[in-house]
Amino acid sequence: MNRVLPILTILVAILAFWYAAAIWMNAPWQNILNGRANLENVPFLEFAQQTWAQDKPVLPAPHQVFSEIWNATMGLEFTSRRSLALHAWITLSATLLGFVLGTGLGVVLAVAIVHNDAADRSLMPWIIASQTIPILAIAPMVVVGLGAIGLTGLVPKALISMYLSFFPVVVGMVKGLRSPEAIQLDLMRTYDANPWQVFWKLRWPAALPMLFASMKVGIAISLIGAVVAELSNAAGGGLGVRLLTGSYNGQTIQIWAALFIAAGLAAVLVAIVGAAERMVNARNGVRA
Amino acid sequence: MKSGLTLLQAVLAVVAGGTALFGLVGAAISADAELLLTLAFGFGALTLARFVWRPISFWLDGVAAALIALTLVWALPRGTVMPGHYWFGMVSAWAFAWLFVDQLSAAIRKGTVPRQAMGLLIPAVFGVSLLVMWEIVTRGANVPPVLLPAPSAIGAQLANSAPILWADFVQTFVKSVIPGYIIGCLAGLVVAIAVDRSPFLKAGLLPIGNFMSALPIIGIAPIMVMWFGFDWQSKAAVVVAMTFFPMLVNTVAGLNAASSIERDLMRTYAANYWQTLLKLRLPAAGPFIFNALKINSTLALIGAIVAEFFGTPVVGMGFRISTGVGRLAIDLVWAEIAVAAVAGSAFYGVIALIERGVTFWHPSVRGGRA
Repeated sequence: MNRVLPILTILVAILAFWYAAAIWMNAPWQNILNGRANLENVPFLEFAQQTWAQDKPVLPAPHQVFSEIWNATMGLEFTSRRSLALHAWITLSATLLGFVLGTGLGVVLAVAIVHNDAADRSLMPWIIASQTIPILAIAPMVVVGLGAIGLTGLVPKALISMYLSFFPVVVGMVKGLRSPEAIQLDLMRTYDANPWQVFWKLRWPAALPMLFASMKVGIAISLIGAVVAELSNAAGGGLGVRLLTGSYNGQTIQIWAALFIAAGLAAVLVAIVGAAERMVNARNGVRA
Repeated sequence: MKSGLTLLQAVLAVVAGGTALFGLVGAAISADAELLLTLAFGFGALTLARFVWRPISFWLDGVAAALIALTLVWALPRGTVMPGHYWFGMVSAWAFAWLFVDQLSAAIRKGTVPRQAMGLLIPAVFGVSLLVMWEIVTRGANVPPVLLPAPSAIGAQLANSAPILWADFVQTFVKSVIPGYIIGCLAGLVVAIAVDRSPFLKAGLLPIGNFMSALPIIGIAPIMVMWFGFDWQSKAAVVVAMTFFPMLVNTVAGLNAASSIERDLMRTYAANYWQTLLKLRLPAAGPFIFNALKINSTLALIGAIVAEFFGTPVVGMGFRISTGVGRLAIDLVWAEIAVAAVAGSAFYGVIALIERGVTFWHPSVRGGRA
């Protein structure tokens, strides 16, 4: 209870601030509307409710966003082009594919770096440099380029997610695979363990906590990568497309709904990785 | 082993020398052999002597890699597919480069080569090999420039359209990224210090801040464009929102980094809250704050460029990238990407340098690796 109460307080404060901000930001347009309708001296409470019920508000009120989310997920057929559940699924599948590829690539690179001196010295600086390139910013272009050579749909988006998510995994896994101490490696030598056994019985288990910590970061940026990659291909669908069409048509409620769905997806994905982490750590006897 | 190589190195040496030999044979039987390239192939094939005669210095492998790569790029035909035996040259140059790097890093480990200068050589060799392969594949296989332009074409475009690139850089980096970055980081810092005095607020804000850092905040870009208009203000607003939460979370964590024994010492000096904050807790939080600054430096550039996809005046890096794709001016797009990469790396590098100067006392800096 001690942990929930402060969070709830802050959330309530944010909600209250949001409603107040909605009144303030939507007021100018509402005044124009009321002026046209020859309504004068609207009582404040009624005026507030009007600002919370506009069609294309500058800032939609929270309940408008949530009812839009409800209508666009539960209220529509899953196959409908306007169903947010469908778009969320499109984004989710690209995210997951990219995340799996990125984690695999990251682990392979980390193993190579830990076991080969030349790989460490030549790859590591470039892996770090690769992340200062704003790949997200050029993601739509990469998607178009890959589309030109026949790669369309899921794969280009997943490649962007992969590029983003391999980095934390490499860095974390290199740290993790190097975490066994000299005394533990010496013990393996006294057992006459071959490199294969040293890897599976010592290095890999020692690196698992780092792997999960990196995967939590990785899956969050995988989702961001998938959403941004969708911005270039309005026909393909996905949450990014909902953001884009919403912004072109001034459908603010649609933008906020897509944004909240994306946030919810991120939260669920990170929570799933966290749950897997706790399960594996408990089996390996790590104390939380 | 007679050649003094490990198994991996021996395999690489065979591949490198062998493909050079094939290249030599190919040059001999084909009509249009370039003289310089043929000589380089001959030099590469000679290194096979290491297996029968005596071990050779790894510097010779480096020279072979450079010779074959240089002559190959020089001999590349324009506008047609290159002759088949040139591909042997590419594989050979690549294998020589790898062999060279592998032996060099072994020599650094043994201490026979100075670490300082040569440590930089290895990543440089890797980067240059990548560029050379890119050049050879795109020009050698005659890849349409619309798909992937050669590095030389990108370089030429970079020089030709410097004024456009500079205007875009000013619009995106100087006007959007820098103000947004400064405002977002300062706001995160100030809020973190303010929140830090109240455990209740801290307990409430920290989990929410952590949660917000994982969210695709970049999605607010269309909203910001609606609120603040097409010009740089909306981009700066996106950057502020993206940089705020990493800074908040890291600073709150950093302010707890000073140990209680150090705080007790400040108490014995009768230091008040502000003195403790300025002389102990903020410096102790330095590594955390710089961590956030480094994360934010890349986030800020990404935020500004992506926000430009949702509407801009007719200048800016994101605008140029999205319209360049539409007009199939892909080399201009790549030039813009190169500018963004250099700007991003330089931004990161400057902050890392400041970090080394400010947090010189921290073990991670004293150890010599930032």
